[in-house]
Amino acid sequence: MTMMTGAEIVIRCLQEEKVDYVFGYPGGSVLHIYDELFKQDKVKHILVRHEQAAVHAADAFSRSTQRVGVAMVTSGPGATNAVTGIATAYMDSIPLVVISGQVPTTYIGQDAFQECDTVGITRPCVKHNFLVKDVRDLAVTIKKAFYIASTGRPGPVVVDVPKDITAAKCKFEYPAEVKLRSYNPVIKGHSGQIKKAMQLLLGAKRPMIYTGGGVILSNASEQLTRLTRLLGFPITNTLMGLGAYPGTDRLFLGMPGMHGTVEANMAMQNCDVLLAIGTRFDDRVIGNPENFATVPRKIIHVDIDPSSISKRVRVDVPIVGNVQDVLDEMIRLLEAEQDKKDISDWWSEIEEWRARQCMNYAMKDAIMPQYVIEKLWEITGGDAIITSDVGQHQMWAAQYYKFDKPRRWLNSGGLGTMGVGLPYAIGAAFANPDRQVACVTGDGSIQMCIQELSTAKQFGLPIKIINLNNRYLGMVRQWQEMFYSRRYSQTYMDSIPDFVKLAEAYGHVGIRVDKPEDVVPALKKAFVDHKDDLVFLDIRTAREANVFPMVAAGKGLSEMVLADENL
Amino acid sequence: MRHIISILLENEAGALSRVAGLFSARGYNIETLTVAPTEDMSLSRLTIVTSGSDEIIEQITKQLNKLIDVIKVVDLSEAAHIERELMLIKVRATGKDREEMKRMADIFRGRIIDVTEATYVIELTGSGSKLDSFIHAIDTDLILETVRTGVSGIGRGDRVLKV
Repeated sequence: MTMMTGAEIVIRCLQEEKVDYVFGYPGGSVLHIYDELFKQDKVKHILVRHEQAAVHAADAFSRSTQRVGVAMVTSGPGATNAVTGIATAYMDSIPLVVISGQVPTTYIGQDAFQECDTVGITRPCVKHNFLVKDVRDLAVTIKKAFYIASTGRPGPVVVDVPKDITAAKCKFEYPAEVKLRSYNPVIKGHSGQIKKAMQLLLGAKRPMIYTGGGVILSNASEQLTRLTRLLGFPITNTLMGLGAYPGTDRLFLGMPGMHGTVEANMAMQNCDVLLAIGTRFDDRVIGNPENFATVPRKIIHVDIDPSSISKRVRVDVPIVGNVQDVLDEMIRLLEAEQDKKDISDWWSEIEEWRARQCMNYAMKDAIMPQYVIEKLWEITGGDAIITSDVGQHQMWAAQYYKFDKPRRWLNSGGLGTMGVGLPYAIGAAFANPDRQVACVTGDGSIQMCIQELSTAKQFGLPIKIINLNNRYLGMVRQWQEMFYSRRYSQTYMDSIPDFVKLAEAYGHVGIRVDKPEDVVPALKKAFVDHKDDLVFLDIRTAREANVFPMVAAGKGLSEMVLADENL
Repeated sequence: MRHIISILLENEAGALSRVAGLFSARGYNIETLTVAPTEDMSLSRLTIVTSGSDEIIEQITKQLNKLIDVIKVVDLSEAAHIERELMLIKVRATGKDREEMKRMADIFRGRIIDVTEATYVIELTGSGSKLDSFIHAIDTDLILETVRTGVSGIGRGDRVLKV
């Protein structure tokens, strides 16, 4: 075995993990590592313009492929800038390994230049983190990081590497596998519980399936689709779970929750047996848990994380296990079962809710944002990777782009991080060079990571940016309209840039769209004529369009406000 | 409800702050916390006294189990167990109080482990409530200083918390 420096070991470990892309930004503490990166070409480094974007891009790389995303940042501000990205990934259970530089071990605690307590700062928003204090621990620590990030309920892991460790030498040996006595995630669900769940489901008169991001993380869309079709039950996917079940299918009731459809929310509320899979009864999904609990229904909850079960609502049949394994077993049991209950009465009730057509919107002289998303869906054949930022545009994208496949919809569901859209598109474009990637954003969000237009230029990424520009921080403005008597406190963007010129300044194509009839030609121009370019579509939309239906914070799912109701 | 939660965790730098950080981040309350390595130096044993509804205690247990450094978690108060806490209390011991303090220490089976002309240091072990009773039983004006270790606990009989 040859002796290697810590920096060489870091790169060798990434090669061993078959990492193609590292998203990062160099700095003093990681100079040795960047020097080793330079000397090889297996691991490609993508230079971003801000560390937050490095982590977001690595996160999107993972979301769109299921592989572990990797980011690299320097100590101090490099690490603190990465925190938003790490917290975003943590809230959505995305597997990441973030390698941060640290000041030399002998300087730690001395308030050295660019020193911060990275392990301390990131502790509450990582699955786990490490500070490497001996070069002999480096390889095994990185192995552990990949193992912890990608198994059980996935999540980000930070490995903090002091500069002297990257210079110190030792023999390199990459462990084939690691075991931790304190970490043994459950994979297989309890078969007794699964049988019990199947009995409940088959005896249900008003069953409902509700699934979240866990189905996508577990790559269980195929199983979910099969199970749902075998049962013939209505199904809803949360914001994080869109695409797990085909969005164009008749059994699909749309998204539930704060901006969910009438049929999904009413079915969630009125069912007698609820099968929840890889989801966590989030406040944006079930509203007020007390209101949710007023209806006596049996709840079956499948999740890999025991702490998600009975956290916000009491569960009758908990099943801890990997979603894919549990669904496989459910399907096996179901295929042997002949006797199924007739639930046509329940379906007629659901069809009545569906007939309310809660997603209808009135066309006006100004461009309706919903219309833009519908046309985007048509032009991309419903099969593009859509990233979004956070706000009204995010909800419209989720509501009107009917995702038929998993890993096509990338957004910050848990933390709700404005600014993810463009870096997500960058990460997704690297991971999926043959797929169309569009970023649906707004005039507020896009400015939070706008500098990444430069990264996109450097690497020639043909991302299409759909900027739904209403000259407002729209979602906050909507709340102010509804709950603060239209006092639009700090939600008006007084001097937003000329996005067309801005796009051009970064070397891209910018197109402004002001009229409804220009939307389709502009989209075609972007996706066909400028197929290989980054195109920034600055679409001036109706200023005060609102997202409906809406369940106000703290209200119950049945207390929705619809578009046609006066506010 | 008061619960005593025992945790076996990796004896590694930062492991304790993961546990303490979890409690503050999720708004759980810590009444006492004690920690020290076990006979196996790679393991620490931590005892936390907390309180909360059954739902909260269930979440605390699950969240603790989720920490990578945590090996095992048990709610000692679920079954027969013993709890002990050590207190060192420095009291003024002059005049008639000197004899009174000696007597109180005897009654509570405490030991006087440091003596000066004007003070005693009394060592006392027992359940938390026994130590509370001692403090209530003596004249608070005479207490110069108290230091308590927090509760340590162990299951009775065959209940063993081990890797």
